[in-house]
Amino acid sequence: MANTLGTSASAGFSAASTPEAQALYRRRRRGNGILLSLSVVATLFGLLWLVLILAALLYKGVSGLSVAVFTEMTPPPGSAGGLLNAIWGSLLMTVGGVLIGTPIGILAGTYMSEYGRGRKLTTVVRFINDILLAAPSIVIGLFVYEVMVVQMGHFSAWAGCVALAILVIPVVVRTTEDMLNLVPNQLREAAAALGLPRSIMIRHVAYKAAMSGIVTGVLLAIARVSGETAPLLFTALNNQFWSSDMNSPMSSLPVTIFQFALSPYQDWQSLAWTGALLITFTVLALNIVARAFLSPKAQK
Amino acid sequence: MVDAAMTGVTSAGMDSARLKRMRRFRTGDATFRGLTFGAALTVLLLLGGVILSLVHGSLPALSEFGFGFLTSQSWNPVTEKFGALSPIYGTIVTSFIALLIAVPVGIGIAIFLTELCPPWLKRPIGVAVELLAGIPSIIYGIWGLFVFAPFFQTNVQPFLISLFAPIPVLNNLFAGPPYGIGILTAGFILAIMVLPFITSITRDVFDTVPPVLKEATYGLGCTTSEVVTKVVLPYTRVGVIGGVMLGLGRALGETMAVTFVIGNAHKISASIMAPGTTISASIANEFTEAVGDLYTSSLIALGLILFIITFIVLAGARLLLLRMNVKAGN
Repeated sequence: MANTLGTSASAGFSAASTPEAQALYRRRRRGNGILLSLSVVATLFGLLWLVLILAALLYKGVSGLSVAVFTEMTPPPGSAGGLLNAIWGSLLMTVGGVLIGTPIGILAGTYMSEYGRGRKLTTVVRFINDILLAAPSIVIGLFVYEVMVVQMGHFSAWAGCVALAILVIPVVVRTTEDMLNLVPNQLREAAAALGLPRSIMIRHVAYKAAMSGIVTGVLLAIARVSGETAPLLFTALNNQFWSSDMNSPMSSLPVTIFQFALSPYQDWQSLAWTGALLITFTVLALNIVARAFLSPKAQK
Repeated sequence: MVDAAMTGVTSAGMDSARLKRMRRFRTGDATFRGLTFGAALTVLLLLGGVILSLVHGSLPALSEFGFGFLTSQSWNPVTEKFGALSPIYGTIVTSFIALLIAVPVGIGIAIFLTELCPPWLKRPIGVAVELLAGIPSIIYGIWGLFVFAPFFQTNVQPFLISLFAPIPVLNNLFAGPPYGIGILTAGFILAIMVLPFITSITRDVFDTVPPVLKEATYGLGCTTSEVVTKVVLPYTRVGVIGGVMLGLGRALGETMAVTFVIGNAHKISASIMAPGTTISASIANEFTEAVGDLYTSSLIALGLILFIITFIVLAGARLLLLRMNVKAGN
């Protein structure tokens, strides 16, 4: 490679005016222009979809936005109603999933960064965690169906919580480990020099230093699970009515959207669009807030 | 550390209150360490649990149909004859179409971000790409069904059909009435969904190219395109392939978006415009309605196949990216 470039460069230098050299130069410039314009086109193409999707959501969803959406239950087809029970169910199960998943995730990340750094177990856990991070969420739903729904004999909101928790764990593990790894060792050594036991050092020094990063991880995890549909389909199922009973099926916004959007009823479809608008902007807002939380230093 | 503190205090003479506190520190330390260790093991157990439960759930179907489950195309809940071939086919073909579109575009965006983009524009575009990744998949589904598919049906598919009609082989691939929904539409939506993953990993590995290498190449008088194709891409090849495989892992397991637009037909058609099904779409559509143990078990067996395929792809992707990291000296 270096050889051919060298000859072409020197040829260009010594005989810049020969027609062949000029042709070569023009060809190289053309090739450059083509690749760079293609990369601009690719970027515009990629951004186009974000704009198109958000525009469609606003166009179709805003018209259905009203107070009733937040105060009334999901209606039977043909009558007016809202999404209150679906929003409530989503909130309950997301909070439940995050409350179960976050402590496990933070503790696992703590082990990997504070106790097991460089150990084989840590490498294995990190590898497995990365796979769980990208594993199909519907498979997680099947897993929870097998271990909870079949054992308990009925669908329940608890099963939905556990399915969401399993999706929360890998996100939190990943960010906790990354953020604790960024904490300077001098802080740990200073705490040790004061005679602090290691667990107290971790909780009062390392966690404090990594706090913004860990919060980011939790927020990203919330953003991820609040739009998840597949793992809820056959764990929490769905419910047309208001329910706070964690032992019975519960409605959720994504599953309601799924059901309403695929229905032939006009008013159900329009409610689905409104729900889609709510979810998307909640998730995008969470994403943006999460990034704002992260200190510029920790951003790549 | 605690030991050192303890001996220090002992030599200074220690009353019983102090001793008690030391002991409390010690048990607290051990408890906390045990908790974190248990949590780390939980992550491993989760994966083991997923595999075990899927295997357990799919045993009835696998023992009934044996190896034929993988090669049979029939999917008949009435006669209880199930075969996984058409969902497997649909999963692989839609993912392949997705990569065919998303890989060049993703690499293009990464080239733009690392070589061309003015610094002030880098962050906004980066955030926009991440937001595209943040949109829940059900949104892609509802948008794909109500906005994209009708557009595709009236504007793109007739054009494709007439374009490829005179060409042998390709005319079979792009044959049939334009339904709007189908394998091609699902592949296209998947492409949009995996694009952010491929873009962000490609950009990250492009950033690992030592500036000295690029500067040296520019110093020889190379154009930007020559720097990209002859230095950046060869240097980051392993990482880019890892990123593409990560995108593939996402595409294979993606459920809701595909379920909306694939048409859910258990058959293999020659045309990619025809409706089909994927593993995840079959499970999402049929699981709650499945009656009979064999039906349920067949769907869980589909889940097991999906999990094995994605596990292999994702593990491969991670190993490649790990190799890339070692090379970059992290």
